[in-house]
Amino acid sequence: MKKPIYKNIILACLLVSSYCGTASATTATEELWKQYESEGAKNFDTKRGEENWKKQVKNEEGKDFGCESCHSKDLKNKGQHVKTNKVIEPMAPSINPERLTDVKKIEKWFKRNCNDAWGRACTAQEKGDILKYLIKQ
Amino acid sequence: MKKANILIAGMFLLNTAYAGNKPNYGEVKPVENKQWSEECSACHIAYQPGLMTKASWNKLLDETALSDHFGQDASLDSSTLKEIQKYANEEAADSENAKQYKRSQKIVLSTQKNSDATSRITLTKYIQRVHHELSPKKIAQNQKVKSLSQCDACHTEAKNGVYDEDTVEIPNFGKYRD
Repeated sequence: MKKPIYKNIILACLLVSSYCGTASATTATEELWKQYESEGAKNFDTKRGEENWKKQVKNEEGKDFGCESCHSKDLKNKGQHVKTNKVIEPMAPSINPERLTDVKKIEKWFKRNCNDAWGRACTAQEKGDILKYLIKQ
Repeated sequence: MKKANILIAGMFLLNTAYAGNKPNYGEVKPVENKQWSEECSACHIAYQPGLMTKASWNKLLDETALSDHFGQDASLDSSTLKEIQKYANEEAADSENAKQYKRSQKIVLSTQKNSDATSRITLTKYIQRVHHELSPKKIAQNQKVKSLSQCDACHTEAKNGVYDEDTVEIPNFGKYRD
């Protein structure tokens, strides 16, 4: 009558793998992608997100400036604010699980940092793409 | 005998508890608001409200002013901003809550001579006066300090509202000496 143990193991494996498969997206990012789609954006793309994250533009002092200037080139490392010297915790959710879990916080920093880095607001498409890239780190 | 022991132990406990929580009236009142600490410390130390007057804080913590906060966008959503403004006004150097804090009072006194309130802590007359003898080598040209606004680069207890000379250590220059 005893159930063969391997069946349980298979079941457990299935559960774990399906969990891992979806673990890369958070409720917050799902919610934001939906919001950005309602604003006209679509087909969010990791590659485009990466390109935008790494994009360098000249700042008012004529220096190359972009996300990496403060967040460091390796998202798994700590960054440092170029002006205030303040240490910035790693962006990669694999290292810093708190990242990308709070809709309000994500939008707050997009508003501030797009303005500081590019001198304008980011579009819904740009934000959605960047989130696709960041969530995989 | 037992009673006496308990009494002594009790007095000792009370005494240490008192020493631990003794307000630092010679200094600036430490920050006690979670939202203020979290929001303001995202990019720099959470400066104590007791470092400027209400007029100065209201100039600084304005929606438009925050979108260009000394060259950086520090925008807050309106409910958070309201909370931050409220705390600033309750605890500013010229508020009732800062009355007993000597350093805040010095800031108020030096501001009264200015008709125009500044929105930069580093431009208040008192802060300028106590730092005017420091050479640029120690502050602006010191890569580990960069600006007078980085209080905690030298004031090792700045986070607790303590700016006493004894707690100053200038990076690359060591302990402060008169």
